[in-house]
Amino acid sequence: MIRGARRGYPLAGTVDVVVIGAGHAGLAMSRCLSEGSIDHVVLERGGIANSWRHERWDSLVRLTANWQSRLPGYCYTGLEPDGYMTMLEVVEFIGRYARIIGAPVRTETTVMSVSVADDGYHVVTDHGQWRCRAVVIASGAHNIPAVPPLCAALPRSLRALTTKDYRNPGQLDDRGVLVVGASATGLQLADEIHRSGRQVTLAVGEHIRMPRVYRGLDIQWWLDAVGILDERYDEVDDIVRARRVPSPQLIGTPQRSTLDLNTLTEAGVNIVGRLVGINDGKAQFSGSLRNHCAMADLKLGRLLETIDAWAQRSGKSGEVAAPERFAATRVEDAPCLSLDLSSGRIGTVIWATGFRPDYQWLHVPALDRKGLLRHDGGIVDMPGLYVLGLNFMRRRKSSFMHGAEDDVRDLSAQLAAYLRNAVSRRAMRAAG
Amino acid sequence: MNVTAIKVDNGVNVEALLGARQALTEAPEAARFKWRATCSWINGTHSRSTVQGFFGLGAEQSHKTEFRFDADHPEVFAAADNGATPVEYVLVGLASCLTAGVAAVAQNRGIQLRSVKATVEAGMDLQGILGIDSDVRNGFDGIKVVFDIDADASKEDIAALVAQSQKRSAVFDVVTNPTNVAVEVR
Repeated sequence: MIRGARRGYPLAGTVDVVVIGAGHAGLAMSRCLSEGSIDHVVLERGGIANSWRHERWDSLVRLTANWQSRLPGYCYTGLEPDGYMTMLEVVEFIGRYARIIGAPVRTETTVMSVSVADDGYHVVTDHGQWRCRAVVIASGAHNIPAVPPLCAALPRSLRALTTKDYRNPGQLDDRGVLVVGASATGLQLADEIHRSGRQVTLAVGEHIRMPRVYRGLDIQWWLDAVGILDERYDEVDDIVRARRVPSPQLIGTPQRSTLDLNTLTEAGVNIVGRLVGINDGKAQFSGSLRNHCAMADLKLGRLLETIDAWAQRSGKSGEVAAPERFAATRVEDAPCLSLDLSSGRIGTVIWATGFRPDYQWLHVPALDRKGLLRHDGGIVDMPGLYVLGLNFMRRRKSSFMHGAEDDVRDLSAQLAAYLRNAVSRRAMRAAG
Repeated sequence: MNVTAIKVDNGVNVEALLGARQALTEAPEAARFKWRATCSWINGTHSRSTVQGFFGLGAEQSHKTEFRFDADHPEVFAAADNGATPVEYVLVGLASCLTAGVAAVAQNRGIQLRSVKATVEAGMDLQGILGIDSDVRNGFDGIKVVFDIDADASKEDIAALVAQSQKRSAVFDVVTNPTNVAVEVR
């Protein structure tokens, strides 16, 4: 497919739209652009679904069930709708999509620069240059590990890994491990490394607690059914805050088991507060653990209330198990406030502190002082520039694979209108 | 059901606070404040601190009046007990910060408060400050805050108020997280 696509397109040229990134979002956009007969190319620094292929740990499986995996004109048709895909299966799923839609992908083509040109943009890659009228940034929100500055104070004797470098416990020496961050990734790594026989300390800040299954159904089913995933960016009270909400503590296993702080405490993981300092080789943890856990418990309680109320209204209540409430997160009376990182008992620190997008190549004045794109639901503050896949970009589900379709339909329509208007603007100028 | 809109008034000007939040989002420099206090030794462990000026919104600011705080140690420490002990001032700071937060968050969430009382207790082992046992820290070994809140809200909503107040509290942050402290002599 890729070779065929290469033969069909010149190495570099002029198109209406350049899509940057051949992950699920870029491909979904490609499919919608093709539907509208809009001339475009998809530039991909590696292979299709590159991040899924090369930048995730070995045991990772998706947090959304297979039945939820859908893209424009494509959905899961396998035998395990309630299962969760491994990374290999995700790569296959997205690769098949690229083949089916015949996406014009240029793989192994890294975008070095995007800048404003007459009537559009100038895209420089390591395989030639492209002229285009519009650009869609679909390179994802998870490019660079967001490691806090205090990592510079780590004792040199310690090995520091990000979740981008971590593959499996076999990479680590036998000593203890400090995992920083308690979203889905931090909990999964803490669990896996603890099971490998190593002592694990997990530093916990603000987090979102969710059971895998509620009233007999996957929690994602409820979030979808209740309409929470469809909430729009222009309808929530505080979109800045909503976009900062961390990913829920979930894991995809055949048993559909819940992984939360109580599970880990019970297993013997040492739960401590947010990592807030490193002084004299000692990690310092915040005394706010109790409140962070209380907030997560309260938030979970409100979510379950919302779900129960919806189940009651919709008549679903009769078909599913009775409402349940989960035990409060157990916090020790005096959680440990410091950990000696230079005693030799800790060998590795893993930063599970999230990612930020990489826009070093974007030479367009569209970034705010935090280095993030200024955009209105994916319509960037620059004519003809669009972005996909950011957290709560247009809807709460925007960063999920199944969230791409609605966003891409909206934005491809916007893009098509932009191209049409640009043509009439030019025609008017020529006529005038 | 008749719904009567009851105006919630906890005495907090939420509109002004939200306005300030908006303004300071656009002008991050103006958000940089400096808080100050001056402390003079009187005699023994007795000192008097004053607070008046501070810096913020890009300019020097001032309280309406100068506030004074006497600090001392109690008689069981063989002192004159001319004021609260410095560690009690820390508790006062924490409790008043959390209480102010509860009022502000309640106003923002439309919850009418009738009474709010915070009771704070902190443990301390004097073997630390007296240098008896080097494994014992000087400061508190823990702080416990208990809120009694009477308000037009459910138990969960009140718990959420208190949680949000901690999340946004400066003094809670100061006591739960490390801060670099530079002490110099002129």
